[in-house]
Amino acid sequence: MIDEIFALIMREVKKWVREPFLILMMIIQPTLWLGLFGKAFNLSGLISIPPEIIKELPPDKTHIISDLFNRILQNTFGGTTDYFTYISAGMLSIVILFTSMFSGMSIVWDRRFGFLNKLLVAPISRCSIIIAKVSFSVLRGIVQALLVFSIALAFGLKLTHNFNLINLLGILTTLLLLSIGLSSLFIAITIRIKSWEAHAAVVNLLNLPLMFASSALFPIKQMPSWLQMIAKFNPISYASDNIRIFILSNEFNMQILLHNFEFLIIFALTFSIVGILVAERMLKFD
Amino acid sequence: MASIIQTYDLTKRFGKLIAVDHVNFSVNEGEIFGLLGPNGAGKTTTINMLTTLLKPTDGTASILGYDIVKDESMVRRVIGLVPQDLTVDEDLTGRENLMLHARLYHLDKDVAKKRINEVLSLVNLLEFADKKVETYSGGMRKRLELAEGLIHYPKILFLDEPTLGLDVQTRAVIWDYIKQLRKDHHMTIFLTTHYMDEADTLCDRIAIIDYGRIKVIDSPSNLKDSLGGDIIELDLINGINTNMESAFLTIPQVKEVKKEGNHYRIKVMKGEEVLPIIVKRVVERDLRISRVSLIKPTLDQVYLEYTGRLLREIEGSSEDVWRMRRILKRIRA
Ligand SMILES: Nc1ncnc2c1ncn2[C@@H]1O[C@H](COP(=O)(O)OP(=O)(O)OP(=O)(O)O)[C@@H](O)[C@H]1O
Ligand SMILES: [Mg+2]
Repeated sequence: MIDEIFALIMREVKKWVREPFLILMMIIQPTLWLGLFGKAFNLSGLISIPPEIIKELPPDKTHIISDLFNRILQNTFGGTTDYFTYISAGMLSIVILFTSMFSGMSIVWDRRFGFLNKLLVAPISRCSIIIAKVSFSVLRGIVQALLVFSIALAFGLKLTHNFNLINLLGILTTLLLLSIGLSSLFIAITIRIKSWEAHAAVVNLLNLPLMFASSALFPIKQMPSWLQMIAKFNPISYASDNIRIFILSNEFNMQILLHNFEFLIIFALTFSIVGILVAERMLKFD
Repeated sequence: MASIIQTYDLTKRFGKLIAVDHVNFSVNEGEIFGLLGPNGAGKTTTINMLTTLLKPTDGTASILGYDIVKDESMVRRVIGLVPQDLTVDEDLTGRENLMLHARLYHLDKDVAKKRINEVLSLVNLLEFADKKVETYSGGMRKRLELAEGLIHYPKILFLDEPTLGLDVQTRAVIWDYIKQLRKDHHMTIFLTTHYMDEADTLCDRIAIIDYGRIKVIDSPSNLKDSLGGDIIELDLINGINTNMESAFLTIPQVKEVKKEGNHYRIKVMKGEEVLPIIVKRVVERDLRISRVSLIKPTLDQVYLEYTGRLLREIEGSSEDVWRMRRILKRIRA
């Protein structure tokens, strides 16, 4: 079983590395977002105090006031005053969302091109097909997220002053869990879909709420309460918050971390089991 | 001979359409069995059910004793399928496709390497083995597909239109190879085709299928005999006044004799065996033959007899159909 899974993963890896253009596109998109959102909306500018007002204030009060504003900002943006840093952390989760979506699509492709038929008559377990898809999606997601992470670093992402291996491992684990859960989810949804049009429709329906009703791009606190409700059940929120913690600090609030990890582990487990069950029953030719 | 495939009222409905309608047949071990029928007759649907891709609506079949519904994973272990539509991965090279296939069938890596070269040279693709399938022509893809089906030497090999769209030389090579496979590996081969010549030269027995129903199953030669046999035409130089009719009719295989002057038209079974006897009878009477011909019935005629239509009339060039399918796939991509 390991052998067949490995063979299927290698197939996808080969296809992947042979399409440098596609890799580039998958990285350019989040990078553009980073540039547009992160750099264009410098939100701290919105609440900065106009210089003429500052001039009129007594000098001993100015630093208190700026302190206050910084705290407000830090509070809103979960420990950073810098929106670029905020959104970079969220963007890693978004990259995972995109690659997971892609893995669902690749099943639709395999079906269309008849490749799936070959797998279905082969003496291999149907789980292997799904496990291979999920594993490859995880691999690709993490690699691409790390690439985006390095790009963000180059463009001014501010890490905590003693960022170390534990922080990195924390980020990787978070990405891993999110990726397992999301890929399984998308694969389970698309397993019976035969056309890309239908696939695109379904995926877009899921994508937008997953992306925007989360803390990836904007703090949950700023959202209307109904949106907050959705965001609170969105794994992308938990992953983004987690990654943000690992980027910004190394004195971790264990309670929050554990809570986030707990949610992500349950999410990944639930959907990988659902994915495998769905595959066993629904992965069919017609 | 033990039957290796047995169907029991195998049926598949797609909504209102009955694509395969209570089909019963058995295939013997080591046999090359052909399902012959026009487009839409239900050949692919039958193969898809036998290879566990589709669930029958009704009835079932057993393959080497395994039920195609209940023991599908066992069935998959003993069969190989070369589907009608292409399933190779265009982004990989020919060799990579074969390697992937070999690993899905759990072949040992060294064995796989050896066999890959064997099958590649067989289908004449060695020189393109390391090029991406993207760059292959339609016929080359079909050959690669065949190579894939052969690589794990299944007990039963299912070939859905194995030579569709191939040129004459390649078809002949592939027929030879299919026969060779049966001989060397004692493989049982189940194939579908709508080529008469393919059914005729390759198959031990054929089943003619039309609108999902089996019309007849027999060996090509029996089927042809069932039309009432062969026709021998005979022209004599002399003996206008001698009547040979009764002399010919004493030969048991002769069914009917018509005389017009010194021209005879004789309906016989097993024409090749009867012809020398007829010649001998003529010579015994001191008569001389100026011209003799043996006309064998073709499967085309058999087909007409059993389905009421000529295969070529309804066929519509299947090469075109096939090419269209490929183009459509490309466009969708
Ligand atoms: N998935 C499907 N849904 C609905 N109808 C189908 C489906 N697959 C096949 N059919 C119909 O079932 C009938 C038999 O199709 P099948 O593909 O078995 O024919 P075939 O004998 O293989 O023909 P060809 O020579 O064109 O390959 C056809 O009328 C076809 O339209
Ligand atoms: Mg067919």
